[in-house]
Amino acid sequence: MAGGTGGGETVMVAMENPHAHAPQGFIRKYIFSLDHKVIGIQYFFLALTAVFVGMFLSLLMRIHMIWPMAVLPLVGEIKPETYLSLLTMHGTIMVFFVLTTAPQGGFGNYFLPIQIGAPDMAFPVLNMLSFWTTFVGFIVILCAFFVTGGAPLHGWTGYPPLSALSSTGPGEQLGADLWITSIAIFCVASLMGALNFITTTLDLRAKGMTLMRMPLTVWSWFITAILGLLAFGVLLSAGILLLMDRNLGTSFYVPLVVVNGQIMGHKGGSPLLWQHLFWFFGHPEVYIAILPGMGVASQVLSTFSRKPIFGYRAMVYAMLSIGFFGFMVWGHHMFMSGMSPYSAFAFSLLTMCIGVPSAIKTFNWLGTMYKGRIRFHTPMLYAIGFVSLFVSGGLSGPFLAQPVLDIQLHDTYFVVGHFHLIMGVAAIFGIFAATYYWFPKMFGRMMNEPLGKLHFFITLAGTYAIFMPMHYLGMAGQTRRYSQFTEVAYQAKLLPLQTFMTYAAIITIAAQFIFVANLFWSMFKGTKASDNPWEATTLEWTTATPPPHDNFGGVTPVVNHGPYEYGVPGAPKDYVMQTDPATVAAQ
Amino acid sequence: MATYTPTTPIDRIGHGHKPPVPPAAGGDDGRGGGDVPNYGARLRRARLGLACGIATVCMVFISLTSAYIVRQGLPTFDGTSNTYVRDWGRVDLPWMLLAINTAVLLVSSVSMELARRKAALQAALAPVKSIPGVSLGEEKSFPWLGITVLLGIGFLAGQWLAWGELHARGFFVDTNPNSSFVFLLTIAHAIHLVGGVIALVWAASASLLHKPVEARRIVVDITAWYWHFMAVLWIYVFALLGLAR
Repeated sequence: MAGGTGGGETVMVAMENPHAHAPQGFIRKYIFSLDHKVIGIQYFFLALTAVFVGMFLSLLMRIHMIWPMAVLPLVGEIKPETYLSLLTMHGTIMVFFVLTTAPQGGFGNYFLPIQIGAPDMAFPVLNMLSFWTTFVGFIVILCAFFVTGGAPLHGWTGYPPLSALSSTGPGEQLGADLWITSIAIFCVASLMGALNFITTTLDLRAKGMTLMRMPLTVWSWFITAILGLLAFGVLLSAGILLLMDRNLGTSFYVPLVVVNGQIMGHKGGSPLLWQHLFWFFGHPEVYIAILPGMGVASQVLSTFSRKPIFGYRAMVYAMLSIGFFGFMVWGHHMFMSGMSPYSAFAFSLLTMCIGVPSAIKTFNWLGTMYKGRIRFHTPMLYAIGFVSLFVSGGLSGPFLAQPVLDIQLHDTYFVVGHFHLIMGVAAIFGIFAATYYWFPKMFGRMMNEPLGKLHFFITLAGTYAIFMPMHYLGMAGQTRRYSQFTEVAYQAKLLPLQTFMTYAAIITIAAQFIFVANLFWSMFKGTKASDNPWEATTLEWTTATPPPHDNFGGVTPVVNHGPYEYGVPGAPKDYVMQTDPATVAAQ
Repeated sequence: MATYTPTTPIDRIGHGHKPPVPPAAGGDDGRGGGDVPNYGARLRRARLGLACGIATVCMVFISLTSAYIVRQGLPTFDGTSNTYVRDWGRVDLPWMLLAINTAVLLVSSVSMELARRKAALQAALAPVKSIPGVSLGEEKSFPWLGITVLLGIGFLAGQWLAWGELHARGFFVDTNPNSSFVFLLTIAHAIHLVGGVIALVWAASASLLHKPVEARRIVVDITAWYWHFMAVLWIYVFALLGLAR
């Protein structure tokens, strides 16, 4: 082992590294790769494919809502049950294969090991298996479109008895079995991934990388992995019970029901049992989707404000408490399902408690930007957009946490607007921020800035135009999950607003092609990126662009600084990298 | 100048009197994460991964238990009496057979522990044995791993017989909610135990294939802790089915 300095700036420890030898051959290098970076990119492109599928489904829904009789190319006329299938598949694909897959599986896989100074994940084979299991899950759910009866129509929450009986609708036959199987496969994949993330974070940190020197992105992936580890097992159990009800004649969830005049062979089961199990997973899932976005926003806001993150420890404890409370509030999804007022009070109170760490984070983000020398690059715009959407979507949360208000609003567009802003679009903005921020490191080239900014402004305006009116629609009593409103007098009056939202959706979706064009064009034709184009401090910016197979080219970094040391008094530059010599700030 | 809030103690970034020294090893408390993974580090990493895996399995069984308890208390409407009645039902479990299976699994856990200790001893003595001219005498060799595999397969065979016996007594997975849970919990446990048997066979083959003693020890160690967990889990399932009928 030899100690040394690199260029007088970085401290590295050179040693023989077992990960230094890259695999040869296309299959081992790009398909069944054990390299966390390749696996991260695989996850990213899987999520990119999934998001376009999900977006296409939402486009069909929005078109159908305002032109219900339209015959669309490829899909023909959309019947009410088809609309419900589109809704189900849109929600499921977006929640599982986009919002869970891209930020954690994609960027987490790629950057967590590098940011802690590790050569790879703790269990590379398990990592590869995790991706390919996710891939199989995605294929299985897509198959639901093509089997007899088509895709299921029970919504992404899969409430029984609708989801537990094959006679309740056309999509509830084989399509529903495929849906549950896909979710179960996804659970197994996520559990493998969570195990790997936790072990890697706890055991593979470089010298000097104490817990309180970890970038907030690492903290967010780590906490997300803990949530996943505890939540996906519950969904897996719930899914197995549902499959048994559907195929083995058990009655866990199905009470005595009559479908189309026929008494079903079940009795005594409780749909509420599914709801409890599902939402015990479902609420932490919201944080599984959004926490990595919070980590990325913190990272990007600090970097482009040229200031340390405001209240680093508070940010860490806020994320931990969000994760903790996330497991105690599942009942707020079930106020409408009926529960003791005392339980509702407890769930309501605990839900509002989450507002405290959320507010801490928001004010800390604002504090980070305050009096900063802000560089308005595209990642920064998306990080600011993330904060904006987090606030806009989050503020309606305390309303819905009140049982009396939730009973009025729950089955209206108010809830649709709320969760799309806070969980959907905010998380997507986190993904965009991460993409524009880390693209140079991943692909060695810069993304086009003007195109990035154009993409940002259209997407920001578009998403607000789509989802803010939903709150007004909800307050006006417009029901969710209805395929068309033209035949209902009081709902038809709200149609102009729905029409406006559909046009906004078409424009916003069209703008995503700017992103895709920018992504692929920049991959091959973009300006070559330096090793640290953003003048950032964390470990990924100390290594080559793109990073070598073992991440640090046969050397292991030694960490001497916190992750966000910008504007340090006495430092030669306005930032101190984590591997800079410990005395650098005094020079 | 922007307001600076240090994220590390100020002396670590060079403002103290003493020049700060990078931690000697490891990020937090002596973990040498970036080092070439040695035997101890690999063992610790594998155990940590196993602990996460066990946490997951615990969550699966905790959720099944909550479903068990909730479903047990649910009323269902009875059209003939026009009232709500409990439909939990009863199951005549083959207690003797299950007790024998439990004993087999517990004995297998003991033999697994002996295999683990033997592997640990071999790993500890390996450096000494590699010194030329040093002999530790003749080792007594007993195939504890093989015994554990046989006992594990014996337990699974016993469970198979128990399911057959339940069928013979007229209890199937859809007979009543109680029987549904009996099959669900025992089969879920058996599936997890099959994973343990596969790991055991892997560990035994590592021994037969003369893999490095340290690699063998890690596999045996991890499998042993998983196996003990399976035994505890079975006792839990057995107690649940017996006590919360």
